[in-house]
Amino acid sequence: MYLLIVFGPLFGALIAGLFGRLIGDRLAQLVTTGFLILSAALSIFAFKLVAYDGHEQLIHVMNWFEVGDFQAAWALRIDTLTAVMLVVVTFVSSLVHVYSWGYMADDPHKARFFAYLSFFTFAMLMLVTANNFLQMFFGWEGVGLASYLLIGFWYKKPTANAAAIKAFVTNRVGDFGFALGILTVFAVFGALDFDTVFGAAHDKAELVIPFLWMKINAIELIAFLLFIGAMGKSAQFFLHVWLPDAMEGPTPVSALIHAATMVTAGVFLVARCAPLFDLAPHASLFVTVIGAMTAFFAATVGLVQNDIKRVIAYSTCSQLGYMFMAGGLGLYDAAMFHLFTHAFFKALLFLGAGSVIIGLHHEQDMRKMGGLAKKMPLTWVFMIIGTIALTGLGIPGTDIGFAGFFSKDAIIEGAWEAGTAGTAFGFEAFWVGIVAALMTSFYSWRVIFMTFHGTYRGDQHTFDHAHESPRSMLVPLALLSAGAIFAGVLFTGDFIGDKQGAFWRGSTVIEAEVLADVTSHEAPEHAAPIAHEEATAQEDHASGGHYVPTWVAWSPFVVTLIGFAIAWFMYITREGLGARMAAKSRFVHPFLYNKWYFDEIYDVLLVRGARKLGDLFWKGGDQRLIDGFGPDGFAATTLASAKRIAKLQTGYLYHYAFVMLLGLVGFVTWILVSGGAGGH
Amino acid sequence: MNALPHILSLITFLPLLGALILLIFRASARGEDADIIDRNAPSVALATSLITFGLSIWALLDFDRANPGFQFVEKADWFGGMSYHLGVDGISLSLIILTTFLMPLCFIASWGVVKKRVTEYMVAFLILETLMIGVFSSLDIVLFYIFFEAGLIPMFLIIGVWGGVDRVYAAFKFFLYTLLGSVLMLVAVVAMILTAGTTDMVALLDFDFPVGMQTWLWLGFFASFAVKMPMWPVHTWLPDAHVQAPTAGSVILAGVLLKMGGYGFIRFSLPMFPDASQYFAPFVFTLSVIAIIYTSLVAFRQTDMKKLIAYSSVAHMGFVTIGIFSMNVIGVQGAMFQMISHGIVSGALFLVVGVIYDRMHTREIAAYGGLAQRMPVYATVFMLFTMANVGLPGTSGFIGEFLTMMGGYQVSTWIAFGAATGVILSAVYALTLYKRVIYGDITNPKLVDITDMVRREVITFSPLVLATIIFGIWPSLVTDLTGPAVEVLVEQITMAADQVESMK
Repeated sequence: MYLLIVFGPLFGALIAGLFGRLIGDRLAQLVTTGFLILSAALSIFAFKLVAYDGHEQLIHVMNWFEVGDFQAAWALRIDTLTAVMLVVVTFVSSLVHVYSWGYMADDPHKARFFAYLSFFTFAMLMLVTANNFLQMFFGWEGVGLASYLLIGFWYKKPTANAAAIKAFVTNRVGDFGFALGILTVFAVFGALDFDTVFGAAHDKAELVIPFLWMKINAIELIAFLLFIGAMGKSAQFFLHVWLPDAMEGPTPVSALIHAATMVTAGVFLVARCAPLFDLAPHASLFVTVIGAMTAFFAATVGLVQNDIKRVIAYSTCSQLGYMFMAGGLGLYDAAMFHLFTHAFFKALLFLGAGSVIIGLHHEQDMRKMGGLAKKMPLTWVFMIIGTIALTGLGIPGTDIGFAGFFSKDAIIEGAWEAGTAGTAFGFEAFWVGIVAALMTSFYSWRVIFMTFHGTYRGDQHTFDHAHESPRSMLVPLALLSAGAIFAGVLFTGDFIGDKQGAFWRGSTVIEAEVLADVTSHEAPEHAAPIAHEEATAQEDHASGGHYVPTWVAWSPFVVTLIGFAIAWFMYITREGLGARMAAKSRFVHPFLYNKWYFDEIYDVLLVRGARKLGDLFWKGGDQRLIDGFGPDGFAATTLASAKRIAKLQTGYLYHYAFVMLLGLVGFVTWILVSGGAGGH
Repeated sequence: MNALPHILSLITFLPLLGALILLIFRASARGEDADIIDRNAPSVALATSLITFGLSIWALLDFDRANPGFQFVEKADWFGGMSYHLGVDGISLSLIILTTFLMPLCFIASWGVVKKRVTEYMVAFLILETLMIGVFSSLDIVLFYIFFEAGLIPMFLIIGVWGGVDRVYAAFKFFLYTLLGSVLMLVAVVAMILTAGTTDMVALLDFDFPVGMQTWLWLGFFASFAVKMPMWPVHTWLPDAHVQAPTAGSVILAGVLLKMGGYGFIRFSLPMFPDASQYFAPFVFTLSVIAIIYTSLVAFRQTDMKKLIAYSSVAHMGFVTIGIFSMNVIGVQGAMFQMISHGIVSGALFLVVGVIYDRMHTREIAAYGGLAQRMPVYATVFMLFTMANVGLPGTSGFIGEFLTMMGGYQVSTWIAFGAATGVILSAVYALTLYKRVIYGDITNPKLVDITDMVRREVITFSPLVLATIIFGIWPSLVTDLTGPAVEVLVEQITMAADQVESMK
């Protein structure tokens, strides 16, 4: 069954990719979508088997590496953490496949598109089912390739091509860290499979190894390097630059890859390697800080963007920041929960935006939208559901709320708890979470108001032809809406509530286990006080109430309302105020609008730097220095003398050269044979 | 299967036999007969190379993988104490199969494309094949040297006769570099023979050269192998040679000739001069890491497709030298794998360039763009090899890079760190090339009618595509073959190092 879940999409991709032109678009679509729906159905079944009935499995497929002491196998590791990802990936992917029937209806390269989508899904499934770091890396790079191909799907557009390369290369920077991380894992543990590594992690907690010029704690180093990989894939601060540009790809791609699944791989990596991160307080602090910076930075940029997809892209970036913040603070369960709920409402928002874009014939600029609620009432409703879920509306202290309410508030409150427990950066993370939540609410509602409310600002012709999307697009939206509403309330008990021990079964580190570890093992010194405090918090969890003051629990709720109110004021009450403010602003708006000038700085430093260096090495190094003093210099000398003895020339330099070679060889041999020169 | 007597001699000299037959017929033919010969020469060459390939597969099936020693040994006394001595272990057999595998593909790729002096062209390639196989199967150092140096002649002619506009300059440069290496190596070879009193490589492998002398011998061999690899900074002949060589010439140059350097390091430098190898390893690592970063950046700036791929070859060979001189099993295995994989992938990439060169007669990147619209099959094949070139897991390119980095990491984290930057840079130049050739809109009006790959081209690429993917997910096919020999080799070096340790 698991083989079918993972390899089904690969077969679909191969059939559509290789025989797409033979079997026609229709059949290619049917095959890929069929495999995906099958995968999704089986995944949901698997989720029940694994997470609730406890049937974890390890399926050995075949050996991959067997070189010296180094071994790695192709295998499928099915535990709860994997099962959660299986559901997310196959569910969203199958809906995106269906949605694309409508979205890509007019595209001439449908077979290719569906082949890429299915290939992506396969690579992602390989990533989440990996049982060792190397297979994870395979999936990791595989999704990178799929992402590259899909961003550049419309290959005639130069911007799409540039964005595709940018995505691949930026990810490679992350992979550079990931690869070094894997090498370090092997150097430290002598193996790459998760059980061996995580099992031995405690014994290596104090190990210090040399790395470059430094002497570093081995586990800290590994965690840090792996996180560099996560930063690339999940578009975290410094390596985030590719994600907004990735919006050049078709919108279903943005929903699947750049919102729900691939970009969350980094979070998955941290959760998977929780046993390592748990022993690496410094690396974890780094994770938290980067996560917080991303959450804040992306939200500020999202405030002012005009492209509907870019706003949602920055929102994704920001939400991923939340997840890492949680992961860095040790709240792996909350991070995974947010990943889970986020997949639903973010895919919903993207697909909703896609519905708007298609309705307006590929218009993405919100300045040319407005008042579309009448034209596309269903899309409007779905988008509102997605927005409420994203902003995390719900009534604190109760179980009433949309999906985001449960997961996001868990992170924000968890940060406060961590702060009280003395975890570094806990309180700061809490405040960042609150501020970012305020901005999230503002920019999300700004999208709704600019798109669906007020007066229409584009050209009349487009507006007249604006239409609601076909059923193949609306059905996925409806299903995702259900997820955006109920995913939180239904699963909160399992992911982060009192049933979590039975749910996760050790597939990631949760507080209850830390507690168990403290009692069973002798905990490393630095972890002891934290673990103790967490134990207290755990007891509070068990007794039902959160260990946070009331104002902490209510503040996300309040700022969400404030954000909504500001957006309402700027875009409904005083329609056009936002645009006027933007026009007047001389520093803040341009700074935010240009994304803090990251692209410009990187362009000067890296892109042009690489070009200059390449030219220098080529023209200065190879041509002037090496060739100049080497063969060309020699040639000039010999040619000059050769001209004087022109009779010897046969006309072809290579003949001449060849005679020289033979002569020299003969000469040296003669000397040697006659015993003149030897090695004595 | 029954062992075929003298199978190594057969594999080695069968191509030469084919070449001789062609030559004799061509020399005696006049007028119309000559045309008939020219027309049939490609078939004869292809058939010869296919039979050779078949024989090498036969040898592979007969080969005892558990045995790390030399097999299929043939030995006959020659004059002057030298002997005709052939034999293979897993290391050399894998390279022989790479050679016999690539050769028929070269003939298919040249089919109908080469119009000038067809018979001579085929003859040159067949002779080259014999010489290359001879390098890998010789167990007598004089025999090895003869094959090693004689291989230059046909390559020289291939560039010089069937090459591009600047072929004279390229051939000259090629010659000059190689000459430098050859002479120094010859001196080292003679010195070895005089010291050890034998030309037999098996005996030489067991001979303990004094530590002081090792240094000089090592340097003598290094001069030759470093040029062949090629290593930075003696690499500048390669881009020119590639650019001027005809497509099949580039394939053999990148696919097999470059591997002679790596083979030489593994067969001679490491086991015969272990102490000197230890001593010089940091030097080699430095050059290798420089090669990876430097040539990747240079590749990024190229405007000629073949030059770009040539520079990327230099970078990939940097991984090979890192793997070899890490002197641990994982590193050397990785180096072997990287050589095989690079033979396949870079060979394929030169063929990829050849496909559009045959249609447009230019290698300028700027002349292309938007080929995806007209050549979807081609675009797919190109994409696969681009990804193999950047070392995407699942392709053969990844295995070698990763294993060599793993081997390097065990020596020093700096090596792995430097090599890993190549992982980023390779993506930069390879994807930029792909984008500029395949993506975008068609701007060059001449491209409007360009046709996708024809059946002959599909046949050429199919084995390469399969090999790239199969080795990527099942590398044991190669590593099991090379494993025992590499393990014994590494054991020997480690023992030698321990001895030196204990003497101090």
